[in-house]
Amino acid sequence: MKKFLALILALVMVLCLAACGGNPSETPAPSDEGGEETPAPFKVGFITLHDENSTYDLNFINAAKEACEQLGVEYVLKTNVPEGQECYETAADMADSGCKIVFADSFGHEDYMIQAAKEYPDVEFCHSTGTRAHTEGLPNYHNAFASIYEGRYLAGIAAGMKLKAMMESGEVTDANPKIGYVGAFTYAEVVSGYTSFFLGVRSIVPTVTMDVTFTGSWYDEAAEKEGANKLIEGGCVLISQHADSFGAPTACETAGVPDVSYNGSTISVAPNTYIISSRINWVPYYVYAISAAMNGQPIDADYTGTIATGSVELTELNTAVAPEGTQAAIDEAKAALEAGTLHVFDTANFTVNGAALTSYMADVDSDPAYTPDTEVVADGYFQESAFRSAPYFDLTIDGINLLDTAF
Amino acid sequence: MEKQKQPLLSIAKREALPWYKNWLIRGGAILLALVFCGIITMLLTGLNPVEVFRTLFYGAFGTNRKIWVTAQNLAILLGISLAVTPAFKMRFWNIGAEGQVLIGSLACAACMITLGDKVPNGLLILISLLASLLAGALWGFLPAFFKAHWETNETLFTLMMNYIAMQLAAYFIIVWEVPKGSGKIGVINQSTNAGWLPVIGGQRYLLTILVIAILTGVMYIYLQYSKHGYEISVVGESHRTASYAGIKVNRVIIRTMVLSGAICGMVGMLLVSATDHTLTTTLVDGRGFTAVMVSWLAKFNPIGMIFTSLLLVVLERGATEISSVFSLNHSFADILTGIILFFIIGSDFFVNYTVHFRKNRKEGK
Repeated sequence: MKKFLALILALVMVLCLAACGGNPSETPAPSDEGGEETPAPFKVGFITLHDENSTYDLNFINAAKEACEQLGVEYVLKTNVPEGQECYETAADMADSGCKIVFADSFGHEDYMIQAAKEYPDVEFCHSTGTRAHTEGLPNYHNAFASIYEGRYLAGIAAGMKLKAMMESGEVTDANPKIGYVGAFTYAEVVSGYTSFFLGVRSIVPTVTMDVTFTGSWYDEAAEKEGANKLIEGGCVLISQHADSFGAPTACETAGVPDVSYNGSTISVAPNTYIISSRINWVPYYVYAISAAMNGQPIDADYTGTIATGSVELTELNTAVAPEGTQAAIDEAKAALEAGTLHVFDTANFTVNGAALTSYMADVDSDPAYTPDTEVVADGYFQESAFRSAPYFDLTIDGINLLDTAF
Repeated sequence: MEKQKQPLLSIAKREALPWYKNWLIRGGAILLALVFCGIITMLLTGLNPVEVFRTLFYGAFGTNRKIWVTAQNLAILLGISLAVTPAFKMRFWNIGAEGQVLIGSLACAACMITLGDKVPNGLLILISLLASLLAGALWGFLPAFFKAHWETNETLFTLMMNYIAMQLAAYFIIVWEVPKGSGKIGVINQSTNAGWLPVIGGQRYLLTILVIAILTGVMYIYLQYSKHGYEISVVGESHRTASYAGIKVNRVIIRTMVLSGAICGMVGMLLVSATDHTLTTTLVDGRGFTAVMVSWLAKFNPIGMIFTSLLLVVLERGATEISSVFSLNHSFADILTGIILFFIIGSDFFVNYTVHFRKNRKEGK
């Protein structure tokens, strides 16, 4: 017994020495010497809040890989980075290790990215969904988003076509049908998303109303499932969501209620109920920002991707669920949006507290007091994502009923 | 057939081991764990285990920045572990450190947000410190008071207090969120730095580390040499003995838990005011529970806790690096940490017990 133990101990120690011994001699090599002799490969850093199990983060991770492959650059990906000091440490760590541009994907990362940007003026820091680049005035800190409300609107049209077909077939008998939406927070990005979705549905079925519930988390599978079930029990005949897990689609599949998802197709878990999904394709932005950084060109403080840049996308239409003519209806609206003849937030299409919207001061320059600072209604429509990339439409329009606003 | 069957293995309680044997067993367990991790890594991922371990060390100590962060993480975990130790020594099963730290953080954040532009910085820091200490102390006092007077179960009570703290934090995050509806506070007073603890020596984390270093020394003296420390040990051995010796047991219980809670509250303040400058419900990140393990593994010895918390922090930071460098899911890093902890906790068994094989096992066959 003792001999056996001694033997194992000896073996282990040798192995451990080998493991530790190699450490100091080899690790500095790539960071220090690489820059001098051969030109160091251009390195990009990506920070995500969760990992591939979140549809939201998966969408970023896939785009990151694709963009880097396209440009032939190296990348470092760090997942599960919480919205705290760790985000700053990770960003700074990436800058230390030679990344010339660092991207973060979650809203709460913003303040820490700014902190890193101030400390590393030679490295570009890009933050998706953030709001502070245009007020911060740092030359190396940038925000990005996309006019995803247009994608939501188009997805809403697909939902409207389905709803209309259900009403015609007698599956839905109520002449004023109700649909449901699982939101995350009462944040403008969510409000803008569900409103544009609803406007899309209502452009097909004018009598529709919508219930919205909030989970208080960007990623909470149980809460999202529960939220969807609550809506279905409350009489909603079609569900959409702004939350990142498969919770709502799974609940819809179980209940047999059609679902429009977000951030990517959920057909894998809901083959019989998934209709379509809208998502932001981050590849165009990543390619744009990385190329600019490689060539030493400035990057816009606010970048808003559009249908034209390929940033706003609809995923595959599930023809097993969607009725005929859906694609045609989507294509028609898409062409009108691109031509500028159709505006999602056209003030002729919605009312707030029974009155048409003629003027609205939005809190575009975020501050703790939420001071309204910018007039955003012009030319007959609400100018979403025009004054900064992140959405600021935060009105509750008539026809949408918020079940809870705790978050 | 033999009438008296001897079991293959017999287990007997050991006499106290000399310190070097004790450490030999523990060290051996860690090394065994590393070998086992290596084998698992090779089997599951096909990666070179030596490379994986090198990455683990690189993740914790690879650059100056990494070393500082590791030291900061170590300080926070050690601080919470020190806080829970007096209660544990008293056999008061406080698993509420998570909530006690969080409520301290909440109190500190509340002061920074509401008084940020109203009082001078030095005063604000003082107020924040007091508020954090009081909030933590209250979270420690409540379960102790109920335990002392009505014999409530402190484990359940402290656990429940965690949830109350978490819900309170969640509520106030919504109250103070910026921008509206976003569900996050962001960095508090980023432009004015009001209520931020000063950076000393140009190193952001140095202050935290120094505070905890001093705390470690003080706690060691408090537990080993003070009258209070002695009372705590006696109460831990037996309430009756303590009563008989004239120690007011209830008073010791409440006093010790208030102390535990207050230290937790102070660590909460360090988190908000010195490093993170924000409040989230996940700010403490489970360290209130990890601290229980740190304290136990070190046998409630503050000096030993430096090593056990260092071990856990290095594992955690290294594991994160591994998952990033080798594009593995973070769960894989958790598996490695789990294996190592299993071996370390298991080694306790071999320190306390000795195993004898049946002597005549070969003749029997």
